[in-house]
Amino acid sequence: MSDLEKIEGLPADQRILLRPLVRTTRVFWFWAGLMAAIALWGLFAYSLQLRWGLGMTGLNVPEYWGIYIICFVFFIGISHAGTLISAILRISKAEWRRSITRSAEFITVLVIGFGAIQPIIDLGRPDRVLNVILYGSVTSPLLWDVCSICLYLTASSIYLYIPMIPDLALIRDLGIRPRWLYWFLALGYEGKPHQKEVLEKIISVLAVAVIPIAVSVHTIIGWIFALTLRPMWHSTIFGPYFVVGAIYSGIAALILAMAVLRRVYGLGNYFKDIHFNNMGLMLLLMSCLWFYFTFAEHLTAWYGGEEAEMATLWSKLTGEYAFPFWLMVASCFFIPFVLMCRQATRGVWGTSIASFFVVLGMWLERFNIVVPTSQNPRLPREVVHYVPSWVELSIMAGTFAGFILVYMLATKFFPIISIWEIEEGRELSVKEVSERVASYLPDAIEEATA
Amino acid sequence: MVIDLDRCNGCQACEVACRTENNIAVGGPERAREDRTISWIQVRSEVEGEWPDVRSRFIPVLCMHCDRPPCVTVCPTHATQKSADGLIGQIYPRCIGCRYCANACPYTIKSFNWFAPEYPPETLDGLNPDVSIRPAGVIEKCTFCYHRLQKAKDQARAEGRPLREGDYVPACVESCPTEAMVFGDLDDPQHRVHHLARDPKAFRLLEGLSTEPKVFYLAEEK
Ligand code: SF4
Ligand code: SF4
Repeated sequence: MSDLEKIEGLPADQRILLRPLVRTTRVFWFWAGLMAAIALWGLFAYSLQLRWGLGMTGLNVPEYWGIYIICFVFFIGISHAGTLISAILRISKAEWRRSITRSAEFITVLVIGFGAIQPIIDLGRPDRVLNVILYGSVTSPLLWDVCSICLYLTASSIYLYIPMIPDLALIRDLGIRPRWLYWFLALGYEGKPHQKEVLEKIISVLAVAVIPIAVSVHTIIGWIFALTLRPMWHSTIFGPYFVVGAIYSGIAALILAMAVLRRVYGLGNYFKDIHFNNMGLMLLLMSCLWFYFTFAEHLTAWYGGEEAEMATLWSKLTGEYAFPFWLMVASCFFIPFVLMCRQATRGVWGTSIASFFVVLGMWLERFNIVVPTSQNPRLPREVVHYVPSWVELSIMAGTFAGFILVYMLATKFFPIISIWEIEEGRELSVKEVSERVASYLPDAIEEATA
Repeated sequence: MVIDLDRCNGCQACEVACRTENNIAVGGPERAREDRTISWIQVRSEVEGEWPDVRSRFIPVLCMHCDRPPCVTVCPTHATQKSADGLIGQIYPRCIGCRYCANACPYTIKSFNWFAPEYPPETLDGLNPDVSIRPAGVIEKCTFCYHRLQKAKDQARAEGRPLREGDYVPACVESCPTEAMVFGDLDDPQHRVHHLARDPKAFRLLEGLSTEPKVFYLAEEK
């Protein structure tokens, strides 16, 4: 019996959700091939940079950080999609979470890896990266950053893996190939009551634990900038501002992933309009928060009127970075706000378009933080403008393609929607939720008769 | 170090002396266009006024060897650190090239080795054996000619006496034809710099940032 035949006899949920594991379409091969080619091209560009040094980039003297650091902040931001959102939804017992948590957690684990290599690509001497541990200096935010990212990667990998065990056990029992992989990963889980109890306990502990870790990760990335004396970096708001931006771009990336998965794997029944509507409401909330933070940040700089800060500020508002700046404001606030404040445009298309702009806008936000400040040092000097070289752009394209490729492969080996959680939802949730709602209501008061 | 701006005439002898003394790589016009040349001391200039009433001002800028150095606090590997003498040193084999220190330095005075250093063949014989050659991918900057300090200390120890003013000066100070630069121990009342730094004309760059630079300037009078 082939793997496909094994699947056909199963109940509907299992059949639909396991099908991508055993059937690979031609479209899939085409996109996978394309992404692999771009990723290889990026690798080639990196090999040149390794050979000749960072001179292969467009960086120069006041512009010490460029595309790599922008992408680093951006990718780590996207990584807040999964673990954080899924943890919040789990803790708040949002029942509609059931079909989206897995795809979100996968984004986190995969993108954080691609984010974490960015600073290594950016190093002049990547061969010495271990020096951060061997000679680590506790006063350096970079050291805290390494620690928090490692912790976040570990915690979110476990948080992805543990809730997947029952599904892995199901696949193992079906005997789908590669058998050794599922046998190994399922850890002998058989769904016995005590196993289930342990599983659920771990999930609930982790869901609480990952939230402060996720917050710390982006706070520290904000502090990498804020703990210098550079104009418009030295800001107390950067920690929370970066966390909000990260969650924002994370939600947007998740919506895009859901829209694509729904289409290519025919999962319309699982990613329903209500999911997009609810995620759209989260986008709406985050767009307002983003605007508030951005406004507060720039108003403070303008009111202070310090010379070096004003040079940076004007270069963004009206100067040479006005285009990326205002495009960012449009992409991160006006477009998503207008689309998401109406029920009619909170469908699949509306949220997808808004999310596309949010992702673009959040990349631009990182650009607007890194580049204008670098180009306006405190001691005036002649400045050569930063133009990314083809090597930097290729590596960036390669990283994006690499992430998409690995995500595609993940959907081929693991069910991208949690099967057991959906089944559990069908069996238990309706009863649980009605009991819960009943418990919110005031108890019926019996008139004292005596 | 104290630099008297009234005396500086912008001849750049200090720049040349520093390049030779410290084996600074030759970048050539292409690196200059990319703004990727390496210089540990730069005579920055400013032209004031409208022709024919113009006036040039010069100010040599080098590592300020800050007492509260932001570059040192941010370095993740202690590759840049403060020595017991109060000088800010750079350990090249330890630097990972993250350029965080370069971004943190408010004086934009650190240089990065974008490529492996190059020297015209005729200059190879003239390289200073006391100073290491920096590989590609690390940050470098002025060390106040730390190798000279080490030699001077050895000499003083051999003669069984403490270090005196003039036992050691950096190459830039030695080469300055107008003696605009004065070097010594700011904390030692026996040294000229101790008094010059207390001159009413003395100021430091970006003093408001509290980096406590150890380079003082004497403001121009004429
Ligand atoms: S001038 Fe710059 S490089 Fe020198 S000690 Fe101060 S912060 Fe560090
Ligand atoms: S570039 Fe080198 S010296 Fe500067 S912060 Fe990084 S590791 Fe330290």
